[in-house]
Formats: sequence, C-alpha cells, structure tokens
Amino acid sequence: MNQISPSRTFNVLWLQGASCGGCTMAVLEAGRSGWFEELRRFGIRLLWHPSTSEETGTEALAILDEVRQARVPLDALILEGSVARGPNGTGRFNMLAGTGRSVHQWVTELSAMADYVVSVGTCAAFGGIPAAGINPTDATGLQFDGDDHGGALGAAFRSKAGLPVINVAGCAPHPDWIMETLAALTTGDLAASDLDGYGRPKFIANHLAHHGCSRNEFYEFKASAEKMSERGCLMEHLGCKATQAVGDCNQRSWNGGGSCTKGGYACISCTSPGFESSRNFLETSKVAGIPVGLPLDMPKAWFVALSALSKSATPRRVRSNATSDHIVVPPSRDGSRKKP
Amino acid sequence: MTRITIGPFNRVEGDLEVRLDIEDGVVEAAEVTVPLYRGFEQILEGRPPLDALALAPRICGICSVSQSIAAAAALRGTMGVQAAPNGVLAANIAHAAENAADHLTHFYVFFMPDFARGAYSGFRWHDAARDRFAATSGSAGREILPARARLLEVMGIIAGKWPHSLAFQPGGTTRAIDLGERIRLLAIVAGFRSFLETTVFGDALDNVLAIETGQQLDCWRDGRDGDFCRFLAIADELHLDRLGQGPGVLMSFGAYHGDQGSLFEGGVFDSGRGVVPLAVAGIAEDVAHAWMREGPADPAHGVTIPDPDKPAAYSWSKAPRLNGRPVEVGALARQTICGQPLLQDLVAASGSNVRNRVIARLIETARLAVSMEQWIRALRLAEPFCSSDVTAGEGAAAGLVEAARGSLGHWIEVSHGRISRYQIIAPTTWNFSPRDAAGTPGPLEQALVGTNVGADGAGSVAVQHVVRSFDPCMVCTAH
Repeated sequence: MNQISPSRTFNVLWLQGASCGGCTMAVLEAGRSGWFEELRRFGIRLLWHPSTSEETGTEALAILDEVRQARVPLDALILEGSVARGPNGTGRFNMLAGTGRSVHQWVTELSAMADYVVSVGTCAAFGGIPAAGINPTDATGLQFDGDDHGGALGAAFRSKAGLPVINVAGCAPHPDWIMETLAALTTGDLAASDLDGYGRPKFIANHLAHHGCSRNEFYEFKASAEKMSERGCLMEHLGCKATQAVGDCNQRSWNGGGSCTKGGYACISCTSPGFESSRNFLETSKVAGIPVGLPLDMPKAWFVALSALSKSATPRRVRSNATSDHIVVPPSRDGSRKKP
Repeated sequence: MTRITIGPFNRVEGDLEVRLDIEDGVVEAAEVTVPLYRGFEQILEGRPPLDALALAPRICGICSVSQSIAAAAALRGTMGVQAAPNGVLAANIAHAAENAADHLTHFYVFFMPDFARGAYSGFRWHDAARDRFAATSGSAGREILPARARLLEVMGIIAGKWPHSLAFQPGGTTRAIDLGERIRLLAIVAGFRSFLETTVFGDALDNVLAIETGQQLDCWRDGRDGDFCRFLAIADELHLDRLGQGPGVLMSFGAYHGDQGSLFEGGVFDSGRGVVPLAVAGIAEDVAHAWMREGPADPAHGVTIPDPDKPAAYSWSKAPRLNGRPVEVGALARQTICGQPLLQDLVAASGSNVRNRVIARLIETARLAVSMEQWIRALRLAEPFCSSDVTAGEGAAAGLVEAARGSLGHWIEVSHGRISRYQIIAPTTWNFSPRDAAGTPGPLEQALVGTNVGADGAGSVAVQHVVRSFDPCMVCTAH
C-alpha cells in the first residue's frame, strides 16, 4: 500500500476525557475512502482508540503500559474532551475505567512521553462546554483554561518535539481539521510558528468563519434576518459571530455542503475559548442598537458608517429575501437596474 | 468466588467499568460503574431557556440530533407552540439519518470486530470474519465509513452540520429546502438504500421487511450473502439468542412523531401482558447507589447534586425505574412495542438477548431508509419550515423522544425567563443503571448474570458481546 510519509509508523494514542465523543464521530467522516484508509495512507497507527480499537480491558491496559514504559514510541498523544479536575482536585469525575486513576493523571503522565500533544475539540483545547456555568467538574483544557494560559499541563509545557499543545478547536471540529493536522505532523510540516496564540493551526485559524459565507450579499447590504429560518444576514439580530470566529468553516463543506450559517443559524464561535459562557446564543447583544461584537479589526465608527450607507443602498430583492425563508424576488436583469 | 474488573471498556460511546463476581466460571453478580460525570443539568440551571438548544446536543456526539429534538420538544411544551409541519418532517429525516448512521456504526465499528478476535480462531467462520470485520483493518471499514459519511450529508442539507447543530428549534427547522435539495436528499437516501441492499442484507428492502417470523427469516437467509446473514450464522454457532437476557420489560416513548401519530408507537411490553400504554408518571430516579444526593425521585422535580463520597454508591448514573422496575430500552424495545412482526416473533420465542438486539437495529435501519424517502417526498416546498409564532416559555414540560439507543427524556422547568430545573434521563441511564434502594440490579447488571466466562475471566468475549449488544452510550448516561 502506498504511503505518503514516513518509513516507520507514526504512533498515535487517543484518549477521551470529559467528552461527548463528537470529535471522534466527526473524524469518522474524514476521507473519501474512510478514515481508517486515510490513516494508513499517512502511516498513522492508532496504538489505541476508545471507539475503534479491538483491544479492551487488560489488552488496552497493556498498550498503555508499553507507552508508559517507553517500549513503544509515542509520536502523538491526542485528548478528546476536557480534563475534569474535580471534585476537590481528585479527578474522580472522570476516571479511566479499570485503572483506579483519573484521566487527569493519565494525560499528565503520558503528555511527557509524547513528541506531540494534540487537543482535539474545544473541550480539550480550552475546557469547552463542561466548563460552562458553574463548571461543576472543574473542567479545563490541556493548556488553556478558557482564555487563561495554563490549564491542566501548565503554560510552560512543551511536548518532546518542543511544541505547545496543538489545539484543533471546534465543537465538533471539521473532520478534515483533525485529519489534516495529524497528517501534517507525520510529514514534519507543523512547527510552533504554524500555531496561533491559542495553539490553533494557522491553516485553520488564519481564516474567519465569515469568509465564504453564502449570506455574503445580505451581509454587505446589512439586509438582516429577523427570525429563525429567514435568508438574511444573521449578524445584526440572530447572534452570528462568524466575523469574529476563526475557522475556514464556510470555505469547506461540512457533511457534503453545509455549514452553520448555511444551515440557517448563527455561528456561535465554537473555535474560541469561552464560547460556552455566552448567553442567548441566537440573539445579538447590542448597545444603542449596535452589535457589541463587531467584525475583528474593524473600527466601530467605520462599521456604523458603512452599515448606514449599505442599508440605504440595499436593492429591493436583497431586502425582501432577507426576511423570507424562500427566495421571493429572484435576480432579474430588469429589476437590477431599477431604483430600490 | 473471584471478583474481576473490566475496564477501560472501549467500542462503546465513552467508557465504563464492569465488576463481576465469578463462581465456577459463571457470572453470579455484576456491578456497572459509569466513570464520567460532566454536570449538564447543573450547567443548564439559571440559563435563558433557548440556551438548551446550544448546550443539550453537546451531551452526546453520537446522538446529538436526538438530544436537540428532546430539548426542542421540551421547550415547545413550555411555549405552547406548534412546529411547522415541514419542520417536523425535516427533523424526522435528520433524526432518522442519525439513528441509521448510529446503528451501522454500532454494527460495523463497535460490535462485529469482536468476532475477529483470536479467541474465535478455532471456528470455521473466523478467517472470513477477521478479513471482513477486524477493527480498523477489516474490508467492511472501507465500505461502511464512506457510506456513513454519505448518509450524513443529509445533515449538510437540513442541519448545516453534524454533530451539534442548532437547526432544530421549537418552531421547526432553520432552513427551507428547495427543489434541488429535495432531489439531493432523495439521491442520498437512494444511495443508502442501495448500500443496505447490496452490502448489509443482500436483498431488496421490501423483501427484508416482508419477513414476519423467525422461521421465514431462516428460510430467507439460507445461502444468502450479506453482513446481516454473516452475523446470523455466527449468532447460531455461539448461541447469541441465549446470551444477555434482559430484565423482561421493554419501554419506548415512541419515535418520529407527526400529525398522523408516530412512525413507531410507544408503550411498554412485558412477556406476560404484551404491549400496554406507558404511564410516564411511573418514571422515578433512584440514587441509592449513585454518587448523588437524595432528592425528589420524579424527574419533573428532580435535582442533581454530586455526592462523591457517598457510602454504598458506585456509579455517577442514577437508576431510573418504571413503576419500581428496571426496564430495557433500545431498538428491540421500539420495534417490539410498535408491532414489527419479526421482532415480536423473535422476542416471543427467545426474549431480549444479544442476537435479537442486533437484528432489531438492522431491521429498524431498513425501515428508516424507507420512511426517509416518504418524508422527503412529503415536504411541501413552498411552505414554511419554521413557525415564527414562538413566544417566551414559562412553566414545566417534558420532551420525550427516542434516540438510537432508546428512550430519551428532557424535563424542563422555566421560571421568570430562566431555566430553573433541567433533568435528563438518557437511554443508557435506563440500561446501565446501578442497583436501586431495593437492591434490584439494573438491566445490564441482570443481563450479565449467568454468562459463562469459563477460564477467560476478564478476557471473556461473551461479556463483551453482552455489554455491546445494548449499544451503550456512556457519555449520555450520567451526562
């Protein structure tokens, strides 16, 4: 079988912490020939994965032990799910069954053995949903606790290859974000300089979810949806944070062609630390009628001026369709020349 | 007597620990521990009600749509609104796609790989089973994962993405489907039907669904190819119809509700009385052996406060009971209760067991492929998908639906515009519950008793078949 990269296998150990399992469910969609085939093509061997490996119980413990004893090289340790430190620092809210030890203890120990440590999903990266509200389990990410550098492993942590924790954020991440990050590790292409300030690969995080949004024309004219299922821009009223959230979400196809904004609901910025703490996800917070969260890098005065200008220039077609769930005014050669 | 502990337990969604007391190679008693608690009910308290639509689906990455529609149904109850008929259909289509994908993931990725194990190397079917079903390397993996991904493209059209979508609202779904998209949905489901007919069943779905008795099933499968028949042949040799007997009571909330009733009607089945209506008021949660503080047992008034040092507790899961009895939920319960003839016949003959649970999932998958086609054609493309007649809710309501793994209930209470109570009972909370105050073990704990582990102890494959036959979702269980 042809392998793209290296001579020996790239060994990956995948553990789940305080997780919903959704990142695994997502990555199982990766690759035209299936994820298992995709892994083979890049020479990636799953030493153990909680959802896909044959080994269970004592067989799985034997694999973990081999890694602990450094008898098997660990190229990458992956954590899916937050690290639950509670109650009272014991980690008992999330034990690795059959071991009497918490997942917190396991990932702390195994992180020191790995060339690379990868957080798959916003939970492992920043704490995510389990850290919402009163954070009942004292959940944190591996190297960030929300916005704060630190987390379970500490800000100073570097894996054996000298990198901080690589954070494939997203709830759940795009299947290919996960797979492409792993593949880039096997080809030796991912360096510390390829990560942003939150440890997210720049090939994902240098884009905004807004880029390529199919509602772009509505955004340009500030022609906004007012109720769920309407076709207009979701930023002004319905909570959309795509102009502030990193990710190439609307440049890729999710499940064959979708995305959150294509699906008719707001981007809730699930690639960002602390996204879980928002309230009223589907409503835009405003002060004096102006959204609190403005597009990144955009001065407020400019936004207000441009909004006023574009609203005054909105064609009737765009304005009418914005507040409808079906196209009510199609593009028309004649209509486009008439005054709005 | 010896006590053994099995964990980590993989190829379930999440993790679990099983402790078995073994006497002469046979399981005498079992204890099931759910080792993960995240506290969703605590997180939801005090939030604006609609935040449940963003948070509740994230309980579970494998049944996220089910969690969404349970939350949306509960919220709808507090609002007193009706969902747009198109929204009901679109939610059913997406929900069916998720359930069908879950059933196939279970069969191919979680359950069948155990027959590829070296422990079965003496059996004549073993080489073929290993080539076909071995974890991550079997030939089936290269077929099932692309087929699953293609089926989940239903989500790209209806729900934006999967898992975790905000498309499922109290008023319906957030995206109107146009003609081109209807055709794409039909093409996806036609491709899925083709996968089932070619790879899973080796026959047209109409013929599969015409099988009404165990005897007809035996005639139909004779000499037939397909993974379903491969499983049945293995099940015969290993007597999987005698393994993992459930507690004898099956429950379903009913699934795929519409204005004509439900595709799968709910109810309660027990072998003595047949199918009777479900009285939801009989549902109570017991915490005698859960690391949880005592509180009202009725989920409509329940509380969830961890008590990690509680004596006699051994699981983060509460123990739901129906009229004081443990009940089994899942595809077998759903299909038996809604009157699917083959499953009724099989349950009458051998009860709830490893083999019948697997058969029920695959037969249900075939039925869902057929229903999805009908729902897609029934969409009225010029009409709304989401009712805008949505008001702020107040008061208490419950959203009772069926996830792939069984009955899922969300009980919500809204006071002064905030969630004042949110209680969830997930399918595996029922199936993998710990003992209750009366000492009655949960369904899996009962099903494991009598399993012959021989000299294999913790390495017993039979134990794994029993556990995985329930298709447990441990992340949902204690949530």
